[in-house]
Amino acid sequence: MATSEVKLLGSWPSPYAMRPRIALNIKSVDYEYIDEKLWEGKSQLLFQSNPVYKKIPVLIHGHLKPICESLIIVQYIDEAWSSGPSILPSDPYERAVARFWAAYLDDKWFPAVKSIGVAKGEEEKKAAIAQVEQGLGLMEEAFGQCSKGKAFFGGDEIGYLDIAFGSFLGWLRVTERFNEMKLIDEANTPGLAHWADSFCSHAAVKDVMPDTDKLAEFGKMVIAKIKAAGAAAQRH
Amino acid sequence: MKQMEYLFLFLEQNCVIANNMGEEVKLYKTWSTPFGLRVVWALKLKGIDYESIDEDLSNKSDLLLHYNPVYKKVPVLVHNGNPISESTVILEYIDDTWKQNPILSQDPVERARQRFWAKFNEEKLLPTIWAIFTTEGKDLEEAMAAWVENLKFVEEELKGKKLFGGEKMGLADLVFGWLANLIGIFEEVSGLKIVDERYPLLLTWMQVFSELPVIKETWPPHDKMITKYRALYEKYHPAK
Repeated sequence: MATSEVKLLGSWPSPYAMRPRIALNIKSVDYEYIDEKLWEGKSQLLFQSNPVYKKIPVLIHGHLKPICESLIIVQYIDEAWSSGPSILPSDPYERAVARFWAAYLDDKWFPAVKSIGVAKGEEEKKAAIAQVEQGLGLMEEAFGQCSKGKAFFGGDEIGYLDIAFGSFLGWLRVTERFNEMKLIDEANTPGLAHWADSFCSHAAVKDVMPDTDKLAEFGKMVIAKIKAAGAAAQRH
Repeated sequence: MKQMEYLFLFLEQNCVIANNMGEEVKLYKTWSTPFGLRVVWALKLKGIDYESIDEDLSNKSDLLLHYNPVYKKVPVLVHNGNPISESTVILEYIDDTWKQNPILSQDPVERARQRFWAKFNEEKLLPTIWAIFTTEGKDLEEAMAAWVENLKFVEEELKGKKLFGGEKMGLADLVFGWLANLIGIFEEVSGLKIVDERYPLLLTWMQVFSELPVIKETWPPHDKMITKYRALYEKYHPAK
């Protein structure tokens, strides 16, 4: 398949943009990656291909209608390239469990991680950290159930929930660094600690996982911008 | 022997033989929840026999808390002892498990399209309608403006289609389904016009959807809904 037949619009710091890239790598699909520097403005292609949300990632597959929303794209990749290794489990109940936890991570857990960075005062920060830790406790348990002793949530190979969760590891590490703490560690979350290493060193992941130093620099810029906007809003 | 044969013949001719003989399916919901109703529709569409358990959310049962410890919410589907929570996850589980009358086609682009609109409903329409219902003044104006923006996209998506799923009802229709019942109730209770003549395709869809065999006559009792939502509205708009 010609590289230009599959295009992915993404942004290097975005965990959501990582997800379809990992999925395409698992399926050994060649694709053209277009990096949007969102803090400099959005491209015409992005506006045209995702008029509803104007967000990345967007998958453009030939002349077909563009696919938006990271987990929807991952499922699309799994279904469109069905001859490659499977991303969703084949058992309906295991699929439901994977979908449930992926939605939990997006709806509840990662927003809590983000709120650590912009928390006003120690109390708010402590509460956010507690929420993140509680979530990691749930994910440690889920890992035990889903992996059944293997390396990944998907078993021997990376699957849907590995991709959904693993894509947040970069920002989790930045959060740990900024707050001088460990959130995933051998003592509290031994399963996740091993899993995180296996995930990040996986062939389908290592070239698309952003470098933690680079991400930390970017994180400082984002936090400063959010705080400035918050202060400006309060002045009005 | 002959008696048994007559019995089976009688059963075949007169009873709906469920498509899940020997499997235990339970649905925990409430009498009014639109999220639970989506699951009812999907089970009905597939001809699945199930036990319905209506919860009192002010006094949740131990079983509900056991089956959904993370969110402690309805609906929860329990299939042969395995619990599934979150209505859209349940809908996809139902479609994966029972293959008749699919709510998602086999085409990956179509599946992505319906999933996209289901997510749009959850992330955009539901929070906005809640804001419209619960706020006043400037906040209400902003909520209405956001609602109008969101509805434009929904109206656009219905162009050239009978239903969100195309010719047949699909995942997106089940997820948008609440509109066909609750908009009327919210309008009656609040006195606001929430879906007006600017959205002819959506208004038509609301009627067509309500008339579908699976959907017809499944709405919760109208008077009970008015009482419930009037009380809720007054809670957020206390008379001065």
